[in-house]
Amino acid sequence: MVGKIMSKATAKYIINGEKGKWEVVIGLEVHAQVTSNSKLFSGSSTKFGADPNTQVSLVDSAFPGMLPVINEFCIEQAIKTGLGLNAKINHYSVFDRKNYFYADLPQGYQISQYKNPIVGEGEITLDLPDGTKKIGIERLHLEQDAGKSIHDLDPSNTFVDLNRSGVALMEIVSKPDLRSLEEVNAYVKKLRSIMRYLGTCDGNMQEGSLRADVNVSVRKEGDVDLGTRCEIKNVNSIKFMQMAITYEAKRQVEALESGKKIDQETRLFDIKRNETRSMRSKEDAHDYRYFPDPDLLPLHLDKKLIEKIKKNLPELPDQKKERFIKQYSLTSYEANILVSEKEISVYFEEVAKKSDKKLAKNWIIGELFASLNEKNISISDSLVTSKKMCQLIDSISSGVISGRTAKDVFEIMKETGEDPKKIIETKGLQQKSDPKELEKIIDKIIFENKDKVDQYKSGKDKLFGFFVGQVMKLSGGKANPQLVNEILKQKLK
Amino acid sequence: MSDISKKSLTEIVKLIKKKEIKSEELTKSYIKNINSDKKLNSFITTCSEEALRKAKDFDKKPIFDTLLPGIPIAVKDLFCTRDVRTTAGSKMLENFVPNYESTITNNLWNEGAFLLGKLNCDEYAMGSSNETSYFGNVMNPIAENTVPGGSSGGSASALAAGLTPTTIGTDTGGSIRQPASFTGTVGLKPTYGLCSRWGIVAFASSLDQAGPMTKTVSDCALMLQAMVSFDKKDSTSINKKKENYSTSLTNNIKGLKIGIPKEYRVDGMSKEIDKLWENGKKILKDSGAEIIDISLPNTKYALPTYYIVAPAEASSNLARYDGVKYGFRSNKGNDLIEMYENTRSEGFGDEVKRRILIGTYVLSSGYYDAYYIKAQKVRQMIKNDFDQAFKNVDAILTPSTPSSAFKIGEKKNDPISMYLNDIFTVPINLAGIPAISIPAGSDINNYPLGMQLICKPLDEQKLLNIAYAAEKKINFKQSLNRWWEK
Amino acid sequence: MSIDKDKIKHISKLARILVDEKKINGLTKDLSSIFKFIEQLNELNTDKVEPLSSILNKPLRSRKDEINDGKIRDQILKNSPQKNDKFFVVPKVIE
Repeated sequence: MVGKIMSKATAKYIINGEKGKWEVVIGLEVHAQVTSNSKLFSGSSTKFGADPNTQVSLVDSAFPGMLPVINEFCIEQAIKTGLGLNAKINHYSVFDRKNYFYADLPQGYQISQYKNPIVGEGEITLDLPDGTKKIGIERLHLEQDAGKSIHDLDPSNTFVDLNRSGVALMEIVSKPDLRSLEEVNAYVKKLRSIMRYLGTCDGNMQEGSLRADVNVSVRKEGDVDLGTRCEIKNVNSIKFMQMAITYEAKRQVEALESGKKIDQETRLFDIKRNETRSMRSKEDAHDYRYFPDPDLLPLHLDKKLIEKIKKNLPELPDQKKERFIKQYSLTSYEANILVSEKEISVYFEEVAKKSDKKLAKNWIIGELFASLNEKNISISDSLVTSKKMCQLIDSISSGVISGRTAKDVFEIMKETGEDPKKIIETKGLQQKSDPKELEKIIDKIIFENKDKVDQYKSGKDKLFGFFVGQVMKLSGGKANPQLVNEILKQKLK
Repeated sequence: MSDISKKSLTEIVKLIKKKEIKSEELTKSYIKNINSDKKLNSFITTCSEEALRKAKDFDKKPIFDTLLPGIPIAVKDLFCTRDVRTTAGSKMLENFVPNYESTITNNLWNEGAFLLGKLNCDEYAMGSSNETSYFGNVMNPIAENTVPGGSSGGSASALAAGLTPTTIGTDTGGSIRQPASFTGTVGLKPTYGLCSRWGIVAFASSLDQAGPMTKTVSDCALMLQAMVSFDKKDSTSINKKKENYSTSLTNNIKGLKIGIPKEYRVDGMSKEIDKLWENGKKILKDSGAEIIDISLPNTKYALPTYYIVAPAEASSNLARYDGVKYGFRSNKGNDLIEMYENTRSEGFGDEVKRRILIGTYVLSSGYYDAYYIKAQKVRQMIKNDFDQAFKNVDAILTPSTPSSAFKIGEKKNDPISMYLNDIFTVPINLAGIPAISIPAGSDINNYPLGMQLICKPLDEQKLLNIAYAAEKKINFKQSLNRWWEK
Repeated sequence: MSIDKDKIKHISKLARILVDEKKINGLTKDLSSIFKFIEQLNELNTDKVEPLSSILNKPLRSRKDEINDGKIRDQILKNSPQKNDKFFVVPKVIE
């Protein structure tokens, strides 16, 4: 039986076993596809979803005598990402061959980086509900992706598509600093967000642009030494990562409590059965025999290049958050939400710069996010563009419509993408803000409700609301509430 | 002109340019010679029809301002040639027809040459006697049942026998220079990175270099000039200005310093070789060079280092031959892994498998530091030895091989004694420097023997000049009884 | 370090090469003598030597991020021992 996950969001993932409490320790090796036009060592396209084997060169399919030549942009992307992770950029790095046989690995080896990666130690700050936590980055290295084996198109054969073969990946290895499923979620999202800000990885998990190997171990609560870890290979969504960790941690606790040892091994997460399975049959044959690729020379990075990239780095989520807090008077919580994705931050800033800051923040975090959730779309797919949002907010702040009416207008906007001004005009939703017109209505109501006026004047203050309500009713909801208040107060003196 | 095939490439090019001979006539005479190749077995594939067509095309519209106008050339079957099968001497690639052309052969064709055929070689260039080829061993035209050396054995044999006016080979540990020495021809291994490796079936990437194999040093300069180019497709290709090795060739070597490394005087080396070496010194001295004794202290360790580095790289380079994309696939085995194992066991010959196993072993977990890293350290020491030596000398003179050509089968069952053939050539590949073997004389059986000149990186012109000066004085003549035609 | 039959079996598995039982004794003998030869290197003290990282003392050359290859499926598949119109075809992996 899996122990309860403690309620506090950032609390450690503790399993209450039969023989004590176990702490779960997690590290992630995220494989992020580098955003580039062509592959790491060849000029074939990296575009997703092409017809099988159409984005394959002689190099990608490892024909005799073919040689790799590195894509300079992929190197820059790795440096950029390293800088975004506050990491050390190594001036000297080496490309190694990782040797193993598989149908979708045409060379019989993967070009990767082993002892000398392009990026060394760094860190990521996670924003969690009760504060921040720093997660260490062990390293980042560049490597080639493999092709795809398709097992379900034929009963006795496997089909091989090499379109992905040779696409550049960054493997980003965290330290075993993650302690809960929530932290895993926050880590992956933050890493993804940083890379999207940088434009180094599109973070599209459905298309496999972001996948992770998950290292899980457990130890008795309070122990200092780490337990033996298992590596769960190639998990492609945060949800599956969490499911795999949950299963694997439980399995390890049960094994340890029944006196067994954990073997350090590679495991596979079976989504259908929600379990992890040993890949030991493969493991036996896996002695990768890394050695420097003699077709390539060591990579020496010029200080100037690194400085140049550093200078041109865009504003990253953490910096943007600080700025937003100051510039737009946001709370830390609000700022976190608004910088979590680059597109959201851009949207917010476009609105907040031109319109009322406070209304912008409230409307985006409130109505707009609700509509995105409801439709399950991203902000860039919303029919309510930042420009239209500005118009809507301006109509509120200039008194053309009330906040309440604005909500009705927004309902129409999110479905049709229509201009708020147009909606207000065609539906005649403008507020009545002519004092003379309002006075007429108010006079009428006072005349018809003399008894209530007397009661009010003798101290029943609550009746004020009744008068406001009557005015709104008679004006068809369009009376400017502020003005109504003012006039009513005067007339009822 | 009956004896055109006995002429040097330089002479033939002159005749073509002077319009004294047509490309068709030239090509026909080589095709005629190739028809008697059965006993030599130097060709794996002939392209007679296509070559004749190209020759006729040339004659119709001759372009003379190239280096190799209308010259038919057969090449080692390790160079990928478009639409002509490329086997690397292996069953694995018996039916492999590339749709691309190696940079080196492409450079030759751009200089006016065309393909005459593909020459036999040791399987994946692994061998020193051309006995590991899936297509059978090659015989040396100097005597029946004698090996031509390897791995470019077919190239050396075809060249010496007049089946091609010139040829190209690849040299990973001596595969151009040793067969050149065994057949009385000239062979040059350029500086690592001077000739593109793109489109050459890889053996050991950090050691492989293509180079010319020719009858004379002038031919060698001409061919090297045609082969060299900067190739963006090879990350180890050197970007430098093209040199005119051929027109700059001179036998004036006055004042050059020639080093004689004492460590090359190995145990069991024959007196004849020692004598030729002494003669070589004398000749260079007579030409005005200064002879200096030098030391290359780690020479002894070159061969053991080579037999770690080369197999390690080969074990990885040959992993792509798995029966999936091209080449041989065994029909045995029930799943992917069994398919791999059967394909690679049936498709590779014993020597290749042996080297893959050595390479796999030296890279495997627990042995990597003891073997591979150790070898890379010693390789650095060997390179340092040469760097040090070239501070004091312009070139180094050594024998090319510790013996002359041996009999077929003589060393086949003793890998170490076979490997020892490359004892003088291997250090050069490890250091990435250029070296040339030229005929220096003959032994008691009248088998040719070569001497090797070595220079520092990119000093090919100096290397050729010294070889040119020596060649003139040695005046080596080889008379073949053409036993294979009988 | 000596090489024995078990090691040969292990590395032949890594290299995906079947070793014929009939040939394994001869192979063990050959490889043993080769490794004995190779191990001459142990005579050398290399403690202060850095392993050679590249024979060319040059920076790694790179290329621009341009698409100029691919779209040659027919050529890629042409030499394959087993294929269909879109894929390489291999026997299934049995785990």
